[in-house]
Amino acid sequence: MITLKNLSAEEYMLPGNAACPGCASVASLRIALKVLGPRTIVTIPACCSSVIQGYYPKSPARVPFLNTAFAATAASASGILAALEIKGREGINVLGWAGDGGTADIGIQALSGAAERNENFIYICYDNEAYMNTGTQGSSATPRGAVTTTTVTGKKEKKKNVPEIMIAHEIPYVATACAAYPLDFAEKIRKALSMKGLKYIHLLSPCPPGWRFPAEKTVEIGKLAVSTGAWILYEWSEGKYTLTGLSKGMTKKSSRKPLKEYLTAQGRFSRLSEEETKALQEDVDTQWDRFNKKLVESGTAPTG
Amino acid sequence: MSKKAAISKPSEGASGLTGMWRIKRPVVDQTKCTNCLLCWLYCPEGAMKRHEDGKLSISYDFCKGCGICAEVCPAKAIVIVREA
Repeated sequence: MITLKNLSAEEYMLPGNAACPGCASVASLRIALKVLGPRTIVTIPACCSSVIQGYYPKSPARVPFLNTAFAATAASASGILAALEIKGREGINVLGWAGDGGTADIGIQALSGAAERNENFIYICYDNEAYMNTGTQGSSATPRGAVTTTTVTGKKEKKKNVPEIMIAHEIPYVATACAAYPLDFAEKIRKALSMKGLKYIHLLSPCPPGWRFPAEKTVEIGKLAVSTGAWILYEWSEGKYTLTGLSKGMTKKSSRKPLKEYLTAQGRFSRLSEEETKALQEDVDTQWDRFNKKLVESGTAPTG
Repeated sequence: MSKKAAISKPSEGASGLTGMWRIKRPVVDQTKCTNCLLCWLYCPEGAMKRHEDGKLSISYDFCKGCGICAEVCPAKAIVIVREA
């Protein structure tokens, strides 16, 4: 179990990088590398993180990063694994680190292929719910109602459920995480490291400029996503769903905060009418009703 | 084949002294700090330096002044002041 006491004090993402103030993705990458350690190779497509670590001639990253094409995160991770095997190098962790655009939209075919082959690496999608690096264009992971520069009246479609797509591939481990709960995220990476095959973690990563909230509120917004039930923290392995962290106590509607608290804290939802807010609340309730059934089928529903 | 390749070297301040971006400055009150390490855990920049005596200090060369440390501090030991 990873705790504050045993989390590595070593820094693998150095300060003075190009991330925006209050960036949850670089905060999470910092935590991820603490768990993965120095013997790690990271591959990243075009995304915020490629800007953050891709400065030349200096980089904030103390482990090697490969900058690859937008669609190719999982394919390049497979290639790195093949090269390590040919060279007889063992004990090196390979991490695919991509945004929601590079995962849910552009990179999904390479990811699906790698999942079919069950390649031995960890894939983490840091989901800031739009193409933030290029100026907040909507992606298929943008939630319904959110304003982006390509959904100026609020997105009409629902958010694509990528963790469920990965579960359908029956890989060894799928989990969701939230940047506001770094120790829960770290523990999921530790678990993923102990398994062979493709491990997928979907991390909700609040984005101050893109979601339009003050930089100091990153953690608060992430916690609201979980406490309102909009984001469920869970892990899936061998056909079983298990809730983790705060989400364990969120199965009943009465224990969840009203979704409105999460929505009104962010500028991207400022255009929502009362009816639209109500519809989104119903989406959350339906999402939980369905999830509770999965927990019952898994035999992991919380008692009481 | 040329052995030259464009490989970046790891370094602090890869994007310069990002402390220059700051418009608000977090200040730690060492008398209130309980060493819970939450600011260190949450600082996106890794700008909270841990010292051998257990004390924490902020690397002002790189702290971008996002203010997350003050928000997560349960002891209210970090205050945000305007940059002069």
